Amino acid sequence: MTALRRFLPGGGWLSAYAFLYVVFLYLPVIFLPIFSINTAATPKFPLSGYTLKWYEDLPRTPALLDAAWNSLVVGVSASILATVFGILAARSITRYRYPGRRAINGLIMAPLVLPEVIVAISMLLVMLQLGLSLSLFTVVLGHVLVCIPYSMTVLTSGFEGFDRSLEEASADLGESAFGTFRRVTLPMVAPAIISSLLVCFTISLDEFIIAFFLTGTDATLPIYIWGQLRFASKLPGVLALGTLLLVASFLLMTVAEILRRRAARRTQNEGGLYA
Amino acid sequence: MPEQSQAARPHQSERPPLSERPMIEIRNVTRSYGAFKALDDATLTIREGEFFSLLGPSGCGKTTLLRMIAGFDNPTTGSIAVGGQPMEGIPANRRPTNMVFQSYAIFPHLNVEQNVAYGLKRLKLEGSEERRRVEEALAQVSLTGLGKRLATELSGGQRQRVALARALVMRPKVLLLDEPLSALDKKLREQMQVELRRLQQAVGITFILVTHDQYEALAMSDRIAVMFGGKIAQVASPKEIYQRPVNRQVADFLGGMNFVKAEIVEENGASLVVDTLGFGRVKTDKPKAFVRNGGAATLGIRPERLRVLWDNATAKFEVAGKVVERHYFGEITHLIVEIPGLEKPLSVTETNDFGADDIPVGTSIRLAYDPEALVAMAD
Repeated sequence: MTALRRFLPGGGWLSAYAFLYVVFLYLPVIFLPIFSINTAATPKFPLSGYTLKWYEDLPRTPALLDAAWNSLVVGVSASILATVFGILAARSITRYRYPGRRAINGLIMAPLVLPEVIVAISMLLVMLQLGLSLSLFTVVLGHVLVCIPYSMTVLTSGFEGFDRSLEEASADLGESAFGTFRRVTLPMVAPAIISSLLVCFTISLDEFIIAFFLTGTDATLPIYIWGQLRFASKLPGVLALGTLLLVASFLLMTVAEILRRRAARRTQNEGGLYA
Repeated sequence: MPEQSQAARPHQSERPPLSERPMIEIRNVTRSYGAFKALDDATLTIREGEFFSLLGPSGCGKTTLLRMIAGFDNPTTGSIAVGGQPMEGIPANRRPTNMVFQSYAIFPHLNVEQNVAYGLKRLKLEGSEERRRVEEALAQVSLTGLGKRLATELSGGQRQRVALARALVMRPKVLLLDEPLSALDKKLREQMQVELRRLQQAVGITFILVTHDQYEALAMSDRIAVMFGGKIAQVASPKEIYQRPVNRQVADFLGGMNFVKAEIVEENGASLVVDTLGFGRVKTDKPKAFVRNGGAATLGIRPERLRVLWDNATAKFEVAGKVVERHYFGEITHLIVEIPGLEKPLSVTETNDFGADDIPVGTSIRLAYDPEALVAMAD
């Protein structure tokens, strides 16, 4: 709190407010790992003892392993597709000036603020109209839609400030268009692309509503968790699984953010005018 | 080619005789963006081994012209040839030109050596040959030993040198420089001007410099093209441009100039005789492109071509007036002197070794001038 107080000129009240705010945000999340190592099957204080058995049970549940595999397949596919579309869109938005640029940018970002249930129902209707049978493939399509705004945000920040004269310099030194992309453009934006992949994978891994509506019989991890909640005895296992998902998401997002910043620094450093 | 001309070049400001062989031929080049003409019917020949500057304010078309020579842009009409070869349809990566960008465009993910070797990679040289050329280029720009540095660890001046080495290592026929010194502070800029000029004389490559800084152009160039509003106003040596500007715009852009209204008394092939209110009757050279517009003309005289006459000193040609303003600039003083009959007071630049900085405002003084310094020009 002393570190926080240094940045808060408002004194005691403002610090107290900031503290409560952080507690409110993170307290529920803290319960997850705490109860996941409790020996009792019901999440209740006082804690009865320390155990890792809930974690040990996880790999022995075939349905869970299936769900994890499904999540991996969906996450990898959705993140790659969303990132490819994101690269094209972000490049166009940051590189060219054309009428309707802002409007198009807004439309691409819109899924961020649309109610997910509505998006899910609409997508379900469209898929059925198209005659697609529900499967992991339809889940991937849905996830691509919700991932693109995140991918765009990360990539735009990496592409913005990309000095166009770098590509011109490469051409000037005799390199072809493809060679320029391979030797200059790609290495410079690679961190942003990897960052986008990680963010999209994380979003897809945690996404429930769209997956719930669009999947057929194959469950992803969040759907599996939802199914397990009906059985009280399975709760500690769910908590353990949730903890793992939480840690994985946190790590992925941290790495993604570090890479995104590195990409942004790389492109923006290149002004030369203030060097 | 560079080795030959290197020996023939003396190492001082006296310009060696230049080859008359054209290196770049620009014929009636226009670049339009809709109704706007960024470059309007430009025709220009740049000679082999020449240090040539395109000088003008921003938006005058100088960068557009440079980018068309490099191949980043194409003329709407007209043609450009480099080394006798028409450039139409030839993309930037296959032109015998290399560019030093205004932002330097150093590849930030590569170190200095990798930056300099970037273009060589495509030539598929032997490893030792490639290293030798990189070393040679780094030595030319005094960066020996910094090859392993990352671009982000370099100062502005060093980045500029990397950009230069990266272009020179390709041994281009023409080196294009797009405002290469504008990002440097004044002292470094002046140092780089001298170095660039020296380097150009050593390698003997044709340099084309785009700049809006008239002193830079005057100090470095063999010839200068002054541009305004997409048109080339004058092409000449720095001295000619400075002393004999073709019109008021060029005169103004190249530094201070006093303009005096004059009436034409006599006009013949090479000279003009005019009457002025302040300077009396003056005989002057007629500018090449002089077009008589009724009986009026404009004379110009640079502020440093007017000298203060002290005490009883006299001169063959002098004007008398009164000091109305004085501005101190360290080594020089600007005096604003009102001359009876002239609608605008004269601006006079005087060195401070005789005490021009102590002349009180309101003093009556006399100014000496050389009638040769009065030049006639189009309005």
